[in-house]
Amino acid sequence: MDADISIHLQEQIILAQARSTALAIVGSASKDFLGRRSRGQVLSVAGHCGIVSYDPTELVITARAGTPLRELQAALAEKGQMLPFDPPCYAAGGTFGGMIAAGLSGPRRPFAGSLRDAVLGLRCLDGQGRLLSFGGQVVKNVAGFDLSRLLSGSMGTLAVILEASLRVVPCAATEITLLQSCDQAAALTKMQRLACAALPLSAMAWQQGQLMVRLSGNQEAVSTVREEIGAVLMADDAAKAFWSGLRDQRLPFFSSSQPLWRLSLPAAAAPFDGDLIIDWGGAQRWLKSAATAADIRQLSRNMGGSADCFRGGDRDGEVYQPLAPALMALQQRIKQVFDPQGLFNRGRLYAALPGPC
Amino acid sequence: MSDSLTLPDCLPAALKNSLLALLPKQGLLTEIEELRPYECDGLSVYRQLPMAVCLPETVAQVQQILRLCYRYAIPVVARGAGTGLSGGALPLANGILLSLARFTRILEIDKENRLARVEPGVRNLAISEAVADLGLFYAPDPSSQIACTIGGNVAENSGGVHCLKYGLTLHNVQGLKVLTITGELLELGGDVLDSPGYDLLALMCGSEGLLAVIVEVTVRLLPKPKEVSVLMAAFESTEKAAAVVTDIIANGILPAGLEMMDQLAIQAAEDFVHVGYPTSAAALLLCELDGSIAEVASELECVEKLFFEAGATDIVIARDDRMRQRLWAGRKAAFPAVGRLSADYYCMDGTIPRHRLSTVLKQIKVWSEEYGLRVANVFHAGDGNLHPLILYDANQPGELAKTEAFGQKILELCVAVGGTVTGEHGVGIEKLDAMCSQFGADELAVYHGIKKAFDEQGLLNPGKAIPTLQRCAEFGAMHVHDGELSFPELERF
Ligand SMILES: Cc1cc2nc3c(=O)[nH]c(=O)nc-3n(C[C@H](O)[C@H](O)[C@H](O)COP(=O)(O)OP(=O)(O)OC[C@H]3O[C@@H](n4cnc5c(N)ncnc54)[C@H](O)[C@@H]3O)c2cc1C
Repeated sequence: MDADISIHLQEQIILAQARSTALAIVGSASKDFLGRRSRGQVLSVAGHCGIVSYDPTELVITARAGTPLRELQAALAEKGQMLPFDPPCYAAGGTFGGMIAAGLSGPRRPFAGSLRDAVLGLRCLDGQGRLLSFGGQVVKNVAGFDLSRLLSGSMGTLAVILEASLRVVPCAATEITLLQSCDQAAALTKMQRLACAALPLSAMAWQQGQLMVRLSGNQEAVSTVREEIGAVLMADDAAKAFWSGLRDQRLPFFSSSQPLWRLSLPAAAAPFDGDLIIDWGGAQRWLKSAATAADIRQLSRNMGGSADCFRGGDRDGEVYQPLAPALMALQQRIKQVFDPQGLFNRGRLYAALPGPC
Repeated sequence: MSDSLTLPDCLPAALKNSLLALLPKQGLLTEIEELRPYECDGLSVYRQLPMAVCLPETVAQVQQILRLCYRYAIPVVARGAGTGLSGGALPLANGILLSLARFTRILEIDKENRLARVEPGVRNLAISEAVADLGLFYAPDPSSQIACTIGGNVAENSGGVHCLKYGLTLHNVQGLKVLTITGELLELGGDVLDSPGYDLLALMCGSEGLLAVIVEVTVRLLPKPKEVSVLMAAFESTEKAAAVVTDIIANGILPAGLEMMDQLAIQAAEDFVHVGYPTSAAALLLCELDGSIAEVASELECVEKLFFEAGATDIVIARDDRMRQRLWAGRKAAFPAVGRLSADYYCMDGTIPRHRLSTVLKQIKVWSEEYGLRVANVFHAGDGNLHPLILYDANQPGELAKTEAFGQKILELCVAVGGTVTGEHGVGIEKLDAMCSQFGADELAVYHGIKKAFDEQGLLNPGKAIPTLQRCAEFGAMHVHDGELSFPELERF
């Protein structure tokens, strides 16, 4: 399905502006659990959908925000291509715009780049209903400030994303996953050693005494490396199920009533006790814990990182790592530029965005 | 340009005394002769002397300078090595030039996390040299890498020959420490892969010194690939060469570098460095492949076949280091080589979608004849980043103006085919008018808003990178709206 409802969305924003109505921007609601609780009249972007252009030889796809992520991924797969950053699909799968607004990347991220790395440009409506276009469809582009990447991961608090262009990459001809039993400390050491060794890595994770290493590339490349590393080859189906289960949080680990924390740490940060999964070669650790936010943030700060309460817990409190006061003040001023009345997704990212009115 | 035109305003005495008190010996330059080396960056057609040059050595000193300038409302232009090609580091007559040249220390090399924490004045190449023993390298490699600084690279979001595969500066920087004009130190990112809140790290990349002064950079290091090969292929037309560029990518191959040179550039490079380029060819492609031994072998075979099928007249494969260096030597020396052909040259930097290469190159050729100005093309074909070098003689009355008009036309064409006016050199002072063809009044207003969010008084590198709305109105090229496109004869998509 293809539909351009940008005019309609613009009208709704202008109306909301006139009435000072807070708006809650929604794609498919697959990430409703994410971020702080925010209240507002629903502004549905789902109807603004369709792939606008896709030329496989350019390695670029442009699509409207409401395009179902699965539909977009199917179109890429048909041409043997994919989104490099391996976005998670929660619940029904999500929309293209929601994916960009949330800015999340999957297990491939340390090796193939993040979502924002792949964003080339986007069109959006700001809080005054102005239609804005930043960046473009080419990889090398330094005209104007890089606002399309600023909007990526902004959780819909700056503008309504209408359309975006992303860089895509060819799928690897072969993918294999190697499995090795080891404790957390040994796994972290091994991950850092492999990461230094110029290998065609595409994911490294550890869970319950098992280190999983995925290799992607052409047949020859992957099989030579396999011999080098040793370890057991995981069955293809099991490997696929593991990586997508990790990415989409469908592994048994994730079905729990305890709050789920996402710790972003230096890859080589020390092992620590807890009910956890290590992803991103050590740089992202999922922790299930009922400990206080202060304790968990202290733990991650001590290791040079940050912690977000990803699922569950107190969604009225600060779920994302609090910012230093000077940084928060700056982000409030940026919010003011895009959304001076604070209409969009009030408080979804931080309670203090929008700033004091 | 005569000296009197570039003379600066007078540095207020009170500010001068405060600066003298805080800066190290020889850290404040105010004499005309001392200021001279700073009057321009790599785009030397624009020259201006600053009121003073400050050469601080510590972050605390930079902080104090900024606070003083803020208090006295004096504009500040940051400068790395001054190799920028768009006048970004051009001083202001009523401003201070803040050189980061003395910040040359590599603060930390973290092998485990594959990161290096460096001061902003560290030269790009110095990073790769410092970590070579560990089998690591810093990927972005602008041709100016022996001279340009990492701070300048971040400010311009610089690319290089290898950014087709490894990305731009943006993709390889993980943390920054920056100082705002009020002297506030902000930490963006760090040793982790992402940081909370809006992505200000991405915003800093390519911000051309308008938002904050970069005082520390954490870069990501990559393991050196095990195998590297370079193929050179000659073609009898630029169209054929351009078509293979698309074919290679379409075959799922992402070369480490994919560069193209046209006849004039090939000839100039060969005359200059004698590497054995086929001077009769209309176009030359250099394709670098890297990875594991097995990977490179199979990709090499595929690319060679594509070259052959596309009718390459000459294919050379460099498998060893010496031969590889040799093939690249001509490309790397191409700018100075072209410089020998003419009194002056003007380097353009538009990017276009790859499949428009042929069309755009053809049009440039037509204009080249119309304007009576020769053009050499040496560029990053893999990512559609053009560098037409327009040859001219500044001493011929009117020739610079003609060159700039020609350049402006090329940039407008880049925008019209879905590209951009600058791929990696930045807007600076040079492409302010071209920006008016790429963006509308609303986008420009948002850019000015962002600038204000960081720098309310407009003291950091004012007048660069983002044109005022008034300027665009006068220039009369505000945004190419649908329906009134500037190149109606071109097919759209
Ligand atoms: C022969 C030649 C080849 C080149 N090849 C390439 C190429 O292949 N790819 C490419 O991308 N570029 C290339 N360039 C352009 C140039 O080298 C790059 O833009 C480079 O990043 C500039 O670095 P610099 O240290 O010289 O910065 P400068 O020229 O000193 O400054 C550039 C801009 O950055 C700002 N700035 C500098 N340092 C800081 C700081 N610490 N904090 C805040 N702002 C700062 C300045 O105000 C200015 O706006 C080339 C230039 C030359 C002369």
